[in-house]
Amino acid sequence: MARAISPRKKMMWTVLAWFFGLLIFFPILWTFLTSFKAEAVAIADPPVWFFFDWTTENYTAVLGRSNYPLALMNSIVIAVGSTLLGIIIAVPAAWAMAFVPGRRTKDVLMWMLSTKMLPAVGVLYPLVLIAKYFNVMDSRILLVVILMLINLPIIVWMLYTYFREIPGEILEAARMDGASLRNEIIYVLTPMAVPGIASTILLNIILAWNEAFWTIILTTVSAAPLTKFISSFSAPEGLFYAKLSAASIMAIAPILVMGWFSQKQLVRGLTFGAVK
Amino acid sequence: MNMKTTILGTTVGFGLLVGLASAAMAEEITIATVNNGDMVRMQKLAPQWEQETGNTINWVVLEENVLRQNVTTDISTGGGQYDIMTIGTYEAPIWGKNGWLTSLEDGMSDDWNKDDLLPAIAGGLTVDGTLYAAPFYGESSMVMYRKDLMEKAGLEMPEAPTWDFIREAAQKMTDRDADINGICARGKAGWGENMAFLTAMSNSFGARWFDMDWKPQFDSEEWKNTIDFYLGMMEESGPAGAANNGFNENLTLFQQGKCGMWIDATVAASFVTNPTDSTVADQVGFALAPDNGLGKRGNWLWAWSLAIPSSSKKVDVSKDFISWATGQSYTELVAGEEGWANVPPGTRKSLYENQEYLDAAPFAKMTLDSINSADPQNPSVQEVPYTGVQFVAIPEFAGIGTQVGQQFSDALAGNQTAEQALENAQSITSEEMEAAGY
Repeated sequence: MARAISPRKKMMWTVLAWFFGLLIFFPILWTFLTSFKAEAVAIADPPVWFFFDWTTENYTAVLGRSNYPLALMNSIVIAVGSTLLGIIIAVPAAWAMAFVPGRRTKDVLMWMLSTKMLPAVGVLYPLVLIAKYFNVMDSRILLVVILMLINLPIIVWMLYTYFREIPGEILEAARMDGASLRNEIIYVLTPMAVPGIASTILLNIILAWNEAFWTIILTTVSAAPLTKFISSFSAPEGLFYAKLSAASIMAIAPILVMGWFSQKQLVRGLTFGAVK
Repeated sequence: MNMKTTILGTTVGFGLLVGLASAAMAEEITIATVNNGDMVRMQKLAPQWEQETGNTINWVVLEENVLRQNVTTDISTGGGQYDIMTIGTYEAPIWGKNGWLTSLEDGMSDDWNKDDLLPAIAGGLTVDGTLYAAPFYGESSMVMYRKDLMEKAGLEMPEAPTWDFIREAAQKMTDRDADINGICARGKAGWGENMAFLTAMSNSFGARWFDMDWKPQFDSEEWKNTIDFYLGMMEESGPAGAANNGFNENLTLFQQGKCGMWIDATVAASFVTNPTDSTVADQVGFALAPDNGLGKRGNWLWAWSLAIPSSSKKVDVSKDFISWATGQSYTELVAGEEGWANVPPGTRKSLYENQEYLDAAPFAKMTLDSINSADPQNPSVQEVPYTGVQFVAIPEFAGIGTQVGQQFSDALAGNQTAEQALENAQSITSEEMEAAGY
């Protein structure tokens, strides 16, 4: 039976939730407001909140100086591509570890996670030299592969956790009905794990979208995504906050909208298993 | 085969040949640069060069440190992703010595006059007599001050002030109630941030980074005097939270009328005198960076320059672009499009002989005098084994300079004393230099 919560308590929790919600949202709101200010207003002290001459000149300047559509397309291809490739590799791996664990499965999982502890710069030169050897510098395929490799441990871990929640008996039943291993994974396991797979995809798209070390260093023009686009609007000598804010809003808008629409799925997936 | 077909075939063949030939001639180059105002202007005007030559440019604009990281990786792996890159006076001698850059001694266009370059600037980009980068704009540092506040304080700024005068004036100009700080100076940690200011300042106090045996000198009396003076002056008259202030933060404070004086890059002059952004545009005066009567002033020398990495396969076209962008005709192009005050300053003698420029830029003479008074070969009063005014042109400096900068920034924030900061600076530098094999 659900516990009764007094209206006063409920209101308190609501206020608290709104407070933290707004606190987390504040940087985005401030960036949004700044993107419509003139450079001099953007740095005004005390800060100007809503009452200023709203201008779209920063957006015009940003669009005029760089190729936003190309950067956006590159970000989409790299983020979605690397995630899907990762899923294709991780589903069988997670299946094996969840349903036919060996003596060393836990160690393998920990070892995979430990690769995330490696500082990226440590493998910078080998990777650049390999990319140069295969003549794939500044190409989308290179970033799709690299980001897939970087996020693979997380994808495997997430899928492994979701798969463990699925009773092995169901798969056994499918096997007794004569399903092959391939069919078992594709037609029985995957449909049951859809919420988990969906949230893994969403989270990894976000991670790949925000990745700003490899995407900046391994690209120049053709494959340069939005991270490189943002990086071009900060200046060591001169004011740039308003234009940088406009560029940031343009870079985060697509992922923000995606997050908004898939909120339910994302939250459900992230809490999947925790409430059992 | 009839006549018609022959003529058609010949015409198509000829057309294809012409097409192929022009495609082979027109090249595509990639330029990596920072997002400074003058560079943005160059990017805006570059289509003129593209039209004249038929070549095309891919621009990669990056934040300064990201650019440095990208470019170093590219050069050291022979990546060849960039044909031209924007580098500073710190990188040029090191990279030139490593064989990472293409010499600009030949192959530049005929009207690109090397002898017209300011000797101090060209000297900083030259290794063993070979020029490795063409200066796009040069800068030194100087004092920018509020004439109205100086008058209110009952003082008159000399053309070449001493540090004592600056400290006294700062005290008198400070009015905490009105939110006016007598002096604004860099405090944010970084080899190109507070250490640029402090190293240049220390030169005028007779200090040096290393003695002739490459032994760090932070335990010397001269460095102690420098840091004591800096911390004392900033405590008396500096803004709150000065340990977080770099160029842009101080620019903001000055433009909003919250600084009596600001010692920083000469390029700031055009920002603080621009009435659109600056509330004190008509009240700004300029003076040379301060000294202590020892024969060296506390000003630095820097040039944002264009260089060609040795990995580029399009050297000729790149040289053609650099000749265009750093030549005299580019200056005239900018003057025609955006006015003389906006031309890239500090690289050519001819600019400072041009009356139109001198009329449009009230800070021109001070910029030239500041640049001319800096000597990268002999930066300090004492003898040094290195070149560079506000930096030491060795690869290890960026790392060491930033770590040492953190110590002084910490001292400015009140987290440690000047003695502790100097002691730490000495041990950090000693360790790093030993590890580097000096």
